[in-house]
Amino acid sequence: MTTSNGQYIAAIDQGTTSSRCIVFGADGRIVAVDQQEHSQIFPQPGWVEHDAEEIWTRVQSVVSGALAKAGLTRDDIRAIGITNQRETTVLWDKNTGKPVHNALVWQDTRTEELCKELGRNVGQDRFRRETGLPLASYFAGPKIRWLLDNVEGLRERAERGEILFGTMDTWVIWNLTGGVDGGKHVTDVTNASRTMLMNLHTLQWDESIAQSMDVPLSVLPEIRSSAEIYGEAVGELAGVPVASALGDQQAALFGQTCFDIGEAKSTYGTGTFLLLNTGEKIVNSYHGLLTTVGYRIGDQAPVYALEGSIAVTGSLVQWLRDQLGIISTAAEIETLASTVEDNGGAYIVPAFSGLFAPYWRSDARGVITGLTRYVTKGHLARAVLEATAWQTREVVDAMEKDSGVTLSALKVDGGMTSNNLLMQNIADVLDVPVERPYVAETTALGAAYAAGLAVGFWPDLDTLRANWHRAAEWTPRMDEATREREYKNWLKAVERTMGWIEEDQPSGH
Amino acid sequence: MAGSIQSLERAAAILRLLAGGERRLGLSDVANALGLAKGTAHGILRTLQQEGFVEQDPDSGKYQLGAELLRLGQSYLDVHELRARALVWADDLARASGETVYLGVLHQRGVLIVHHVFRPDDTRQVLEVGSMQPLHSTALGKVLTAFDPVARAELVESEREAFTAHTVTDLDVIDAEAAAIRERGWAAAVEETWAGVASIGALIQDRRRNPVGAVALNGPVERVCTTGPDGRIGPVRPDLVVSVREAARAISRDLGAPRF
Repeated sequence: MTTSNGQYIAAIDQGTTSSRCIVFGADGRIVAVDQQEHSQIFPQPGWVEHDAEEIWTRVQSVVSGALAKAGLTRDDIRAIGITNQRETTVLWDKNTGKPVHNALVWQDTRTEELCKELGRNVGQDRFRRETGLPLASYFAGPKIRWLLDNVEGLRERAERGEILFGTMDTWVIWNLTGGVDGGKHVTDVTNASRTMLMNLHTLQWDESIAQSMDVPLSVLPEIRSSAEIYGEAVGELAGVPVASALGDQQAALFGQTCFDIGEAKSTYGTGTFLLLNTGEKIVNSYHGLLTTVGYRIGDQAPVYALEGSIAVTGSLVQWLRDQLGIISTAAEIETLASTVEDNGGAYIVPAFSGLFAPYWRSDARGVITGLTRYVTKGHLARAVLEATAWQTREVVDAMEKDSGVTLSALKVDGGMTSNNLLMQNIADVLDVPVERPYVAETTALGAAYAAGLAVGFWPDLDTLRANWHRAAEWTPRMDEATREREYKNWLKAVERTMGWIEEDQPSGH
Repeated sequence: MAGSIQSLERAAAILRLLAGGERRLGLSDVANALGLAKGTAHGILRTLQQEGFVEQDPDSGKYQLGAELLRLGQSYLDVHELRARALVWADDLARASGETVYLGVLHQRGVLIVHHVFRPDDTRQVLEVGSMQPLHSTALGKVLTAFDPVARAELVESEREAFTAHTVTDLDVIDAEAAAIRERGWAAAVEETWAGVASIGALIQDRRRNPVGAVALNGPVERVCTTGPDGRIGPVRPDLVVSVREAARAISRDLGAPRF
């Protein structure tokens, strides 16, 4: 093994719309960033694909780009960490390295019917006890099955042992460590926990679930921890250890240094993902959350997490901008919302494609309610921001009920943290402080941290925690009576979304 | 309050008329709708046309709103847009300098704080977004006063309070310093508002090089200023000036300003 005195860690963030490489210094500060988008392929409504070969080309290119911008060479890089869009599924030929089909992206809904079938008489919670997940089209297992069923001759090739499966972490690591020439076929526990094929208790592939899904074990990668040396890179970074992999939301949890039980982070983007560290305990959710692996460092005990996702947050602001034209940039929502003191009695529940956590009602559709002649676009802008705050509150309430842990503060990141009014609103409705750290790139930072720990660049979690600094904090200002009244109104508004789509009605619009 | 100017009122009425309903109107339509003599309406329309606010269709001779109006509308920079663009750079400035960072814009004879990054020492700090700072005695205010004629006008009107023994309230002295600030591109205020506190600020410009705001770091004089051999507090540290100016340039660049 090459030993390097490199003073930097490179993180590869293979995301849904782009791939990035970010180089970090020892204090966690960003030294250089390079980013490239890749094509989104929409073969038919509801289907979303990526070209995995294009993604690998982009990844190589951003690695070179970031090194060039930083003026560094491979000798300066101590380790490489990987974080990735979760659940996106690719199958490839291990002898040629060629994907057998475009990757099926997590948003792709083509496996919805298959998931219903797999639920049989039990329903969507058939595999929840083992995997922590409901049967839903996001997860990788059913996507593998779809590919095996629909790409001609693939199942036979898979059974002959010629085909490998990977989520994007696996695909990047395999290529990075040599591809057809000795590439390591591995995944980490966090990515494996999103396949619906891994048993949360043993952290191994669950043979009986794989059998139920008709997925041959031979295609599956080896499950490793999130922070260990998987192998050495070849090519531009030849000799540099590839030393971490974490799904993007778990990486953000790690980057926000939520290492203690009860610490939670919320990433506010198009949608929002809240993860709560539940320690070594696997908490089953009875309130519509997912149970997932938070991270595992080397051979230490795994740390589990509860995850609540909110489908529509930033995208509601985009809807106001693009579909209604009430604002011309996303940031203007705050200007408009600031023209009024409150929501004027209006509430917007953006159940655009049903209600997600904690309700999971696909028959729901969005509503704007409480309208009177008094309501202005300023009130609606406020209702838009409040919708994100109340949805956060609902997920936090569900987490507290499931875990018995009371949140003492919420660490936030993502694009919407630049919205001051929203952040204040979240502090108000949660009645806990909301904290924003300096490094907005918590996802890439998490991958860098894990890789740095694996190679001894950083000695321990406390050192990482010492790198976390508060750049802003919003403290609750709303009085209890207002909070209770508004929450009650919000819940009433949510009620009005349900049952809109009837059984025999097409759910598309 | 002076009386309103009739021709401006009429010009505004014409613009409103063109903005609603038909959108393309002939000279007599405009004159009739507003009860003006044709000659008067024509004179106003011609002036508006020269300024680009109105365009005349060469075939029909009808009038419609001009492109200049659109340009005017777009040149307004939303302060929340400013914050969103500045976030990364302001964070970086605070982390690199170890001091508090503010972003401010001109607002009613003062500086409105639109963004605030805590000093990275994890002590209890209160978010000051939405608060006001004075124009005459802070680095943010001095930068805006030096580069923005509107800010200068507001300063003349404002009551310039002497917060400390170092506060400059005399307009001539302020103007002389403003000239120096324009020359060197940054401003400092040492104990002029708060005893023991120094600030360094630089200008943020949009893509037309309009002054849209300022970024500044604030900290104790012991850290922000140099100390002479006799232990006396000297001028602000040049390395911090460089950091503030770099941050201002980076934010301006993100707003589309040309490279300096």
